[in-house]
This record gives sequence, C-alpha cells and structure tokens, in this order.
Amino acid sequence: MSAGEQRAILRIFRYNPTDGGAPRFQEYPVPVQKGMTVLDGLVYVKENLDGTIAYRSSCRMGICGSCGMVINGFPRLACQTQILHLESQVIEIRPLSNYPVIKDVVPDLTSLVRNHTAIRPYIIRLDDEKERPTREYLQSPDELEAYLQFAYCIKCGLCLAACPTVATDASFLGPQALAAAYRYLADSRDSGMEARAPLLDTPHGVWRCHFAGACTEACPKGVDPALAIQLLKRELVLRTLRLSHMRAPAPVAPPLPPAPRPDIPKAPEPTVALAHDQRQREE
Amino acid sequence: MRESVWWTVSIACALVMVLLLSLHMGIMHLAGLLNALGLNLGDVRSFSAVVARGKNPVQMVVYVIFLAVALYHGLYGLRGILLEVTRSRRWEVTITGLLFLAGALAFVYGTYVTVKTFTG
Repeated sequence: MSAGEQRAILRIFRYNPTDGGAPRFQEYPVPVQKGMTVLDGLVYVKENLDGTIAYRSSCRMGICGSCGMVINGFPRLACQTQILHLESQVIEIRPLSNYPVIKDVVPDLTSLVRNHTAIRPYIIRLDDEKERPTREYLQSPDELEAYLQFAYCIKCGLCLAACPTVATDASFLGPQALAAAYRYLADSRDSGMEARAPLLDTPHGVWRCHFAGACTEACPKGVDPALAIQLLKRELVLRTLRLSHMRAPAPVAPPLPPAPRPDIPKAPEPTVALAHDQRQREE
Repeated sequence: MRESVWWTVSIACALVMVLLLSLHMGIMHLAGLLNALGLNLGDVRSFSAVVARGKNPVQMVVYVIFLAVALYHGLYGLRGILLEVTRSRRWEVTITGLLFLAGALAFVYGTYVTVKTFTG
C-alpha cells in the first residue's frame, strides 16, 4: 500500500460453522498509521465497523501466542505484523491452516494441545528428587544453552499451520510437540527419553517429518523445530545402534554447611517483634 | 519393533546399493579410469566375460543381495508414503503386512530366477 493514502483493506475470512453459512471474505477499509499492526486493524474493525468478527488475542506483544493467523498467505502473529511492512493494499486474513475453524479467524487448537501434552512436556526424573525435592538441580550455562532456544516456544501453533506434513497426516505429532520433546531430551535435568520414545519413534512421530523446514520459517520466536526433529532422529538412531551416550541426570546442589561460617557476622536481632512471638510471650 | 530400526536398516540398504552400484559402474563403464589406476580387468563386456560371470557363484550372491536390499529400501519408502495417508492402526498393520508379503514373494521369485540363470 502507498504511505500517502494511509488506508488498507482488511479482507477477513468469515465463517460460522454453527449457522450453516458458507465461508466467505468480507472487506473492511482501515486507516493505517506507522507502527500499526494487523491486530490493531482487527481491533479497529471490531470496535468501529463490525462487532461480529471473531479473533483471538491477549498480550499484544508476541508473548502469549494467541493471535496466530494466516496473513497474506503466511502464518504470522497479528500483533507482530505491521500493516505497512506487508506492502500490500489488500491484506488477506485467514484462520490458521491445518486446524478446524471455531469462528472466522479463530482456530481450534485442540490438536496442538493434545500432541503437546502427549509428549509429557515436563522434567521426568527416575529418582525421587522431583516428588520430594531437597535442593535445586545443578546445571551449567553450556547445559542450559543446549535446550534454551527450544524453550522459547509460546505454543502459538504457527508451525503446525505451516507444516505440509500436518496437512496430509492428521496423526503426525507435529513440529511443536517434537521440538518440545527435544527440549526435554536436551535438558540435563531430564531422564525421560525412555518414557517418550514409544511416542516419538513411530511412523507418525519423528520419522514422518520430510524436513520441509516451513515450521522454522514460520516460528515467530526464532525456535528451530526442524533442527530439533533432525536431532531427535539422530538420537533415536544412535540409541538403536547402541551408540548413544546416555548422560546421568543433573545432580542436586550439595547441602549447605551445617554450621554458620565464622567469617560471616551473625544477623542482628529483629527490631520488630512478630505477632505470633508477641502472642507466645503473652501466653 | 521401533520405527528407528526399520529406518536404520533402510539407510544401511541404501549404502549397500550405493556400494554395489559404484562397483558395477566402475567395472563396467570406467575401464579407462581403472586402467589408469593400474587395474586392468580386460574386456569385461565381451560375450565370453559375460558368460564367465554368469557361472560365478560370487556374482550370483551379489545379485541376490542387491535384490534383497533394493526390495527392502523401495518397499520401505512405499510404506512411508502409504502410511502418511493412513489414519487407522488397522490399515497401517494391513499395509505393512501386504508390503512384507509382496517383498517376500518378489524376493523368492527373483532369487529363483537368478539362481536358475546362473545354474543353467
């Protein structure tokens, strides 16, 4: 679009499965300012032009992952996509691909959540430390670096919308869940690979990925799910060939010294008596 | 069995095929290069050389190995394509079983033809 006229047309997908109507597009003229995002445009439409359009949003700053939608043919977060950066007079907004539509551009993310929870996205320990923790786990900066980028996932679901394999294989775990599985595999505190392998090492697990790389391109947080899936494949093959170097899970920090150190002065007595101390004295 | 086992075997089959095809290409079509490297195999494509290889049991075993690895690699790839559009577990098992059966039949028939050809 040209900067002079400062207007854009939002061409929004409209569909309500409950009323039996056919999907269609509806166009709304929107005034545009520098820095205005597609989400701002949707807010403008809902507040000024048509209160019946449905979209999902929350944080408006690329943290919550709620406002994923297909904008001009590419899955993006509406709150991170500036209208002027699209350089297009007409901006087409569709719901995310590969998900059922709840209404208009609101996708049903049930499959994302189901696959994510299926891979058990939490630290699994074989010892009792997680159930009855005594101290914090020890983890070096290098060990943190091994999984950190994969921990930036905000579960927006853009990667599944971009993935051509999800489009053909509904049973495929998908890039988000597989990247999350690698995030825990690479975490030095975790020892849950045995528990997750039966789900990952299947025809619809890591081996279904064709390495198109569309997930990585779509991710708004710079996570590289395609890389995570290839690293998972490598780990599974190494385990098959019994070449995997299974590390011991991160130990907990050693207990504090039993006696106070003599070189540290004792803390002064509290100057304000606590309420329960006062009550005890009175009793 | 875990999928990674099937996948690893498929890659191993691919490596064997690359090795055998490289040997074939080198011996049959790169005689000049082998000569330059000091390896003179003679006229490997003459009628007498072909007949002599046809009576060599090592050659027969190599053919059967190639048949086995090519069948496995190809049918595993076909299974991957078919499973991508299959949603039920029962169909997955059926497809895998049918492909295994087809591969076994093709291997038996191919081995029979190869052995018959070599033994006259």
